[in-house]
Amino acid sequence: MIDDFFVRAILAGAGLALIAGPLGCFVIWKRLAYFGDTLSHGALLGIALGLLFELNLELSVFLICTLVATTLMILQRRSSISSDALLGILAHASLAIGLVVLSLMTWIRVDLMGLLFGDILAVSKSDLWMIGATILVTGAVLAIIWRSLFAATVSRELAEAEGIRAQTVEMMFLLLIAAVIAIAIKIVGVLLITSLLIIPAAAARRISITPGQMMIASSVVGVVSVILGLLGSLNLDTPSGPSIVVAAVFCFLLSISPLGDSMRTSLRSRH
Amino acid sequence: MSDTALIRLTNAGYQAPDRWLVEAVSLSVDPGEIVTLIGPNGSGKSTTAKLALGILKPTAGKSYRRKGLKVAYVPQKLAIDWTLPLDVEHFMRLTGQPSINAQTHAIQATGIQHLMHKELRLLSGGEFQRVLIARAIAREPDLLVLDEPVQGVDFSGENELYQLIGSIRDDLQCGILMISHDLHVVMAKTDQVICLNGHVCCSGAPVNVAQTEEFQTLFGLRGHSDLALYQHHHDHHHAPDGSIDHEHHEGCQHD
Repeated sequence: MIDDFFVRAILAGAGLALIAGPLGCFVIWKRLAYFGDTLSHGALLGIALGLLFELNLELSVFLICTLVATTLMILQRRSSISSDALLGILAHASLAIGLVVLSLMTWIRVDLMGLLFGDILAVSKSDLWMIGATILVTGAVLAIIWRSLFAATVSRELAEAEGIRAQTVEMMFLLLIAAVIAIAIKIVGVLLITSLLIIPAAAARRISITPGQMMIASSVVGVVSVILGLLGSLNLDTPSGPSIVVAAVFCFLLSISPLGDSMRTSLRSRH
Repeated sequence: MSDTALIRLTNAGYQAPDRWLVEAVSLSVDPGEIVTLIGPNGSGKSTTAKLALGILKPTAGKSYRRKGLKVAYVPQKLAIDWTLPLDVEHFMRLTGQPSINAQTHAIQATGIQHLMHKELRLLSGGEFQRVLIARAIAREPDLLVLDEPVQGVDFSGENELYQLIGSIRDDLQCGILMISHDLHVVMAKTDQVICLNGHVCCSGAPVNVAQTEEFQTLFGLRGHSDLALYQHHHDHHHAPDGSIDHEHHEGCQHD
C-alpha cells in the first residue's frame, strides 16, 4: 500500500499536519504568523545554498531557517527599524537571493514551481522516513517544553520570575519551526508553509476553550484538510499543495460559522 | 546583613538605552517580612521589583536570590490576547501544579469560586486582579512579589485583599515585596518602607519614614493625613505613644 504514491502523499501530509497543529497554535498565540512567513521564504535560500554546496536539502533549509530566526532575534533587540519592516526586508531579501542563486546555477535544472508550491505526490519512501523521524523528534521536544512555552507566551515576565527559562524554550521553539519548515517544503512548498501552521490553528481557536484542546483540534483540522485537499486534487486535477490550503480555509470558514459555536458549546458542557 | 535574606539588591541600578531607570538601590527581604516600595509614577518601582526577581539584569551593582527560591509574582500588567483560550482554572496551574489544598484555600480566600470556568480575558479588572493574587498564593511561595496588587478592586475588596496578604505572610512565613500607591495600607501592614524616586530617597519602618523631609516632599500632606487616618482608625495596632507596633524599628536611613 505504501508503494502507492497517493497513500504516501496522504501519510506525509497528515504527518506534517499533526505536528504543524500545536506549533501553529503557538505561532498564533505569539503573533508570529509573519515571522513564519519570513522563515519559509528563507527556506528557498536554504535550498539554493544546499544545491550549490551539494548538501542535504532538508538540512540546509533547517540551518538557513535557524540562521534567519537568530538574525531576526538579534536585530529586533538592537535595531531601530520596526519589526514588521525588518521581517519584510529579511523575507524578501532571502527569497530574492535564493532565486538569483538558483538561476545562476545553470548546470542544475530546478523545478521552481515544485519548490514554491510543493510536490506532495512525488514524496518517496525515504522522504517518508525523514518526515516520520522529524515528527517524532519535534513532537517529543514539544511535549516536554510546551507548558513552559505556554507560560512564557501568556507572560514572559511572569514565567521568568517564577523560574521558567523563557529564552531557552523560545529558542527551542524556533528550532522546531525551522525543522517543520524543512520537511514542509516538499509537501506544500515555500509559499504555502505558513498556511498549514496558522489556518488550522485559527480554525481550532473558535471551537476550543483550553490550550490543550486547541492544539489537538488544530492537528485534527490539519489532517482533515490534507485528506480533503488531496482527494479534491485527485478528482479535479488541481495542484495538490494549494488544494490542501483551500481545504484548510474551508475548515476555517466552517469554524467561524454558527456550527463552530455549537461545537464549542458542546465542549464546554463536557468540561 | 544576615544570611537569611530571600533576595537582596546591593547598589543595583538599571540603565535603559536613554537613561537610568533606577540607581543605587539596596534592599533585602527576609522570610516573614513585608517590604513595600512606594514612590511617584516613573520612579522605578516596577524596575526595582524586576531587578529583584531577576527578570532584568542589573547594569550596575548586584542582585542576589537564595538558591531554590520559590517565587510567586503578581505583575502590574498582563494582557490576555483573544487568541489564547485560557480559563481561570488552567491559569491557576500556569507555572506549576499547586497542591489541591493550597488551591482550594487560595480560591476561597480571594472569593473567585464562581469564576473558575470563565475565560481570563472576559474578567473585569477587579476579578482579574483577584485571580492573579489567588494564583500567586496557591503556589505557596517563599517570596511573593506584588506589583500594585489591588488595582481596579473596589474599596471594600481592597481592604480584604490587604488583610489576606498580611495573613499569607503569617501562614506561609514567606517574604513579601510589594509595590503600592496606597499609603494608608502601606503604613499599616508594612515592616519596612522604601521610598523611591530614581534612587532610594528614604527607607525604614513606616512611622519613621513618614516623618522624613524627603517623604513629605514626595507625598505632601496626603502622606501625613493618610498616616493620621491610619493611626486614628487602627489604634489597636499601636503602642501607647502612637508609634506603630512593629518589630523592625530600625530608624530611617538616609542617602
